[in-house]
Formats: sequence, C-alpha cells, structure tokens
Amino acid sequence: MTALSLRDVRKNFGATEIIRGVTLDIAPGERHCIIGPNGAGKTTCFNLISGRFPITSGEILLNGERIDTLPPHRINRMGLSRSFQITSIFHRLSVFENLRCALLWSRGYRYSFWSPLWRQRALNEAAEGLLEELNLGTRRNVLAGLLSYAEQRALEVGMTIAGGATVVLLDEPTAGMSNTETDYAMALIRRVTQGKTLLMVEHDMKVVFDLADTITVLVYGQVIASGPPAEVRGSRAVQEAYLGALDG
Amino acid sequence: MRSRWWLILMLIVVAIALPWCFYDWTHHRHAGFLISMLSQMGMMVILALSYNMLLGQAGLFSLCHATFFGIGGYATVHLLNAAGSGDFPLPMEVMPLFAGLTGLALAILFGSMATKQRATAFAMITLGIGELMATSALMFHHFFGGEGGVTTNRMIDNSLFGLSYASGLQVYYLILVWTVIATALMYYLTLTPLGRMANATRDNFERAQFIGYDPRMVRFLQFALSGFFAGIGGGLYAITYEIVTFDALAAPLSANALLMAYIGGTTVFGGPILGAILITLLQSGVSLLSNSWLVYVGVMFIAMVIFAPTGLAGIIKAHDPIRQAGRLGSLVVPYLRLAIPSLSLVLGFVGVAELMSFLTIGAAQGRKLVLFGGPIDVHATLPWAISAGALLVGGLWLRFEAAGFHRVWESLTTEARR
Repeated sequence: MTALSLRDVRKNFGATEIIRGVTLDIAPGERHCIIGPNGAGKTTCFNLISGRFPITSGEILLNGERIDTLPPHRINRMGLSRSFQITSIFHRLSVFENLRCALLWSRGYRYSFWSPLWRQRALNEAAEGLLEELNLGTRRNVLAGLLSYAEQRALEVGMTIAGGATVVLLDEPTAGMSNTETDYAMALIRRVTQGKTLLMVEHDMKVVFDLADTITVLVYGQVIASGPPAEVRGSRAVQEAYLGALDG
Repeated sequence: MRSRWWLILMLIVVAIALPWCFYDWTHHRHAGFLISMLSQMGMMVILALSYNMLLGQAGLFSLCHATFFGIGGYATVHLLNAAGSGDFPLPMEVMPLFAGLTGLALAILFGSMATKQRATAFAMITLGIGELMATSALMFHHFFGGEGGVTTNRMIDNSLFGLSYASGLQVYYLILVWTVIATALMYYLTLTPLGRMANATRDNFERAQFIGYDPRMVRFLQFALSGFFAGIGGGLYAITYEIVTFDALAAPLSANALLMAYIGGTTVFGGPILGAILITLLQSGVSLLSNSWLVYVGVMFIAMVIFAPTGLAGIIKAHDPIRQAGRLGSLVVPYLRLAIPSLSLVLGFVGVAELMSFLTIGAAQGRKLVLFGGPIDVHATLPWAISAGALLVGGLWLRFEAAGFHRVWESLTTEARR
C-alpha cells in the first residue's frame, strides 16, 4: 500500500486550472522531491494534500484512506504533517512552548483545561528532548519570533515532526539559506525524518539529487516525469522544460 | 517567582485591611463610599480578566462581553427572589456560581455562532449579539423587567456561615473571596493545554490546524469559559446593588471591559487587574470632581493604543531586563525629565477640558469652576491662555524629552541584553 497517493487531482481557481490532473504514488519510507519552475503548482499541491484548500476533482489517499474532504486538523491527526514555505510558527510563544504545543494533540491532551502543563512529565521531557535534537537548547526561553531565520526554520521542522506524523511534507525548507545553513538543515531533516515518508518541494538541485529516492517534475500543473534521480536527469522532456539550463 | 507570590499576598492583605483603615471609630461606621468602590473593583477585576481571556490570550476582539456579565446578574436577581420567598433555597455564597453557569450557558449558545469566525467577522458577530441582548432586555419584561430592571432583596436569611449580608462590608468580603477564586481559576487555565493553544491560535491559527487542533474548537471553549467567569462578576453585581437593569449587559459595559483590559495591559495576566482598579478609581474619584472624566479615560485609551500598546503592565514588564541588570537607578533622572513636561501637558489638557465643560454643561448645572483654591471665570482670556500654553509647551517639550529618553532606554536595554 502507498503512504500517499494522488489520483487525477485537479484544482481550479476561478476559470484558471492550476493543477491539471496530477497522479502520484509515494511508497512508505520514500524520500520524494517535487521540483519544477516557478508557478508550476508545487505549493498548491501541498495545500491540496494537507487540506488547506479543497480540491476540484480527483482523490487523495493517505495510507489507503480518503483525506481530500477532511479539514487540515483531521488530516494531521491521521498522520500527515507539513511545514510552510513562509515560516509558520507561534511567534509570541517561547521556543519550548512552540514544541510543546506541537506535541499536545498526539499525546492525547486534546482540549484539556484541567491538566496543568507543568506537571506533565513525559510531555515536558519529550519537548526538552526535541529542543536538544534541534540544537535549540540555548534558545529555550526565547520568543520564537525573535529567533534568527535559520533557527526559525529548524524550529518549524521540529514542530512538523513533533506529533509523530508518518508522512511529512516540507515546503522549501532551505529557501533563503546560505550553503552552510543548507547543509546543516539537510542533515537535521535527514536525521529527524528517519523512517518517515518525506515529500519535499525544493529548488536547490544539489539538495534534491542528494536526498531524493524519487523525483517528480511538475510543469504547469502536470507531472512531466517521475522516477529515480538518474532517470529524471536523463529525461529529454525534463531537460527541455526545466533542467536544460542547469546542465549547460 | 518568589516576589510574585509576595505581591499577590500583599494585594489580598491590603484588600482585606483597607476597609478598616478608613473605619470611623468615633461613630463606629464604615466608610461606605470606600467599600462600595472596592466592591465595584472586585467585579470589574473579574470582568476585565475574563475579557482578557478573549482579547489578550486568544486574540479575539469581542464586543459583547457585558452580555454574559449581565445575564449572570439577571439570573442572580431571580435566584435571590426565589430564595427569599423560599421557593428555591440557595445559600448566598454559592449564588455567584449559578450566575457563572448562566453566563456559561449563554456563552455556549452565542459562542457556537461567533467562534466559527475570527478577526473582523468575529467582532461583527459579537457586536450583533450585544445589540440583540440589549434589545431583548428592553423587550422581554418578564425576565429583564424592561427599563426599570429587576430588583431584589439580598437579605434572604440563607447563608453557609450564618451571615445576614445586611452590611456592605460582608458583601465586600464575599466579593473579595469570589474575586480571588475566579482569578486563581483563570490563571490556572492559562497553564493548561487549552490555555496554551488559545495563545497558539492567537499567534497563528493556521499552524494550530497543522498540529492537530481545530482553531474553532479552541476559540469556542475559550469563549464559553470566559462567559462563565463574566457571569460570576454579574452575580456579584446583583448581590451588591440589589437591582439589575439593562446597563449591566449593554454596550457601554462591554466597552468598559475592553478599556480596562487594554489600559491595564493584555499581554500580562495581571494587567487587566491593574486596569480595572485604575478605571474604577477614576470612575469613583474623578467622576465626583469633574463632568469630563470620560474624556480623560478616552484620551488615556487613545494615548495607550498609540504609544503603549502593551498597556501599563507591559510598560512595567519592559523594565525587567534593566532591573535584572541592576540599572534601574539610571532611569530616575530621565523619568524626572519626562515628568515635568508631562505634568504641564496633563494640567494644560485638564484646564482646557474643564473650561470647555464649564462653559457649557457646568453653566447649565449652575456650577462654578473651582481650581487651585479659587473660583475661575470661564469667560476670561487668562485661564484659557494659560491652559492652552501649558498644553502646547508641555506637548512640544515632551516630544523633545521623549527623544532623549528613548536614547537612554535603547542604550540601557542593549546593555542589559549583553
């Protein structure tokens, strides 16, 4: 069974068709990168999968179950988590609180207004552990909005994986980073997504070819190629549409 | 952390002791004015804190908070009447709890509509709810008593501790106990998963969705609980005044809740307490001296929104890093330099406002403006010139001093951060 599959997914904004029949199968544990020129619909695809926008037609399945009619929080509870292209964190809460919030639902706290947070030993230890794993230990009590850009991105990755999602969607996690920061972020992503299914939009080709098991090339809302990196690199259609400039 | 507990303890001790500090030992009478003011403070503290559960903690700009305060009041009046006639014997001490449950029930009903939305749409819906309730209060006489409201008698002779509640002092202590309970519970709520997720949805409702939470549910629960506490405040109101009219649920009181929370500071839990105390002081004190006290509250609110959006508590909290660095002393002189032009500005403004008010309302009331120990002719040029001069000079001077203060502040905070 596939971890995530899209069946002829379409999305219109008004009369404009943005996603024009995308079909995609992602196996459990696979590291799958979506690449494509600007405006190809990569982020829109993420928004459809995660439930941020409703789809116009087609089907999306998570571990064999339909999710395309569910609201985002329900999809998240079923084990799919995402990050955003523009950093999305709780900027007026501390780094620690951000991580603790991200852990709450998966640990069954729901909307509890009776259990005091400071006494939840396992929860707090998990949040501390995550803090160390992200290398943000020294920034524990800093408001998330005051972190540096790279730190905020790391925090967001941490919040995305905190709830124990099995399918993780990362939208350009290294955008706007320097080379060293990118290397560091990728090492972090590899480490924390160990054993999970990873779907990632990325512009940095070095990152993509290093990381991906499978690459899907999206152009104008359609998949023009999908397969192992070597195969995609060799594809004539891809070279014409997109990669050509890189090789030359 | 230690010092915070001391502060809370001190506040409670002062609240207990204050009526006795002004006790008239020669006539063996309590200072009625003080006790009614303190009682008013108690309920306003609850109202402002429960409002801040929405505004400060959940980022919900509600315009109908008095609805839940008022309904708690009406429910209590009817309960007191039922208890007095023996139909539904309920001890006085638990009345506010039932008032809170009424507030909770109504907040569940209205919250289920309003909290589907957020931001502007939420504010619009709550405005509608507030107006709906104010109109209903005038239309449905059986429950709300029309314009005259509903009256009651709090001497129901039913108390867990054998108290009669004939004196204002006993009522005040009942209010104090409930204020402490409600405040403690509201503080506790900020330390629970729901309380934290309310902050989180305030900051970023979209991220909250993608960590498994339905922001609507978070808003709804927060709204319902805040209605519960507002209802408790309303119950205390009914017990104190023995009459509830539609003033207790109409828009001006909702606006007051907003003013108190905002001026006190929405970013700190205790901020609204400060705001409630300050506004009640102004209301009770300045309103006796001046017709224009609402003008002062309004101008203070506008000044806060523009210059200090974190409110009084936020200003105090901003000093924390400097205090920890032990450099608070370096701010004394800069503050003094601010104080002089500020005083001139304030006096000038008060002068102009009072002259204006005595030219119109005061004349109609046949009162004379008495300032600085002598009567002042509001038609003469001199007082106008002095006031306007003080206002202008104070304003310009303050701008100049503020720039200097800002430089000192910046250098101190960067130093403290290092």
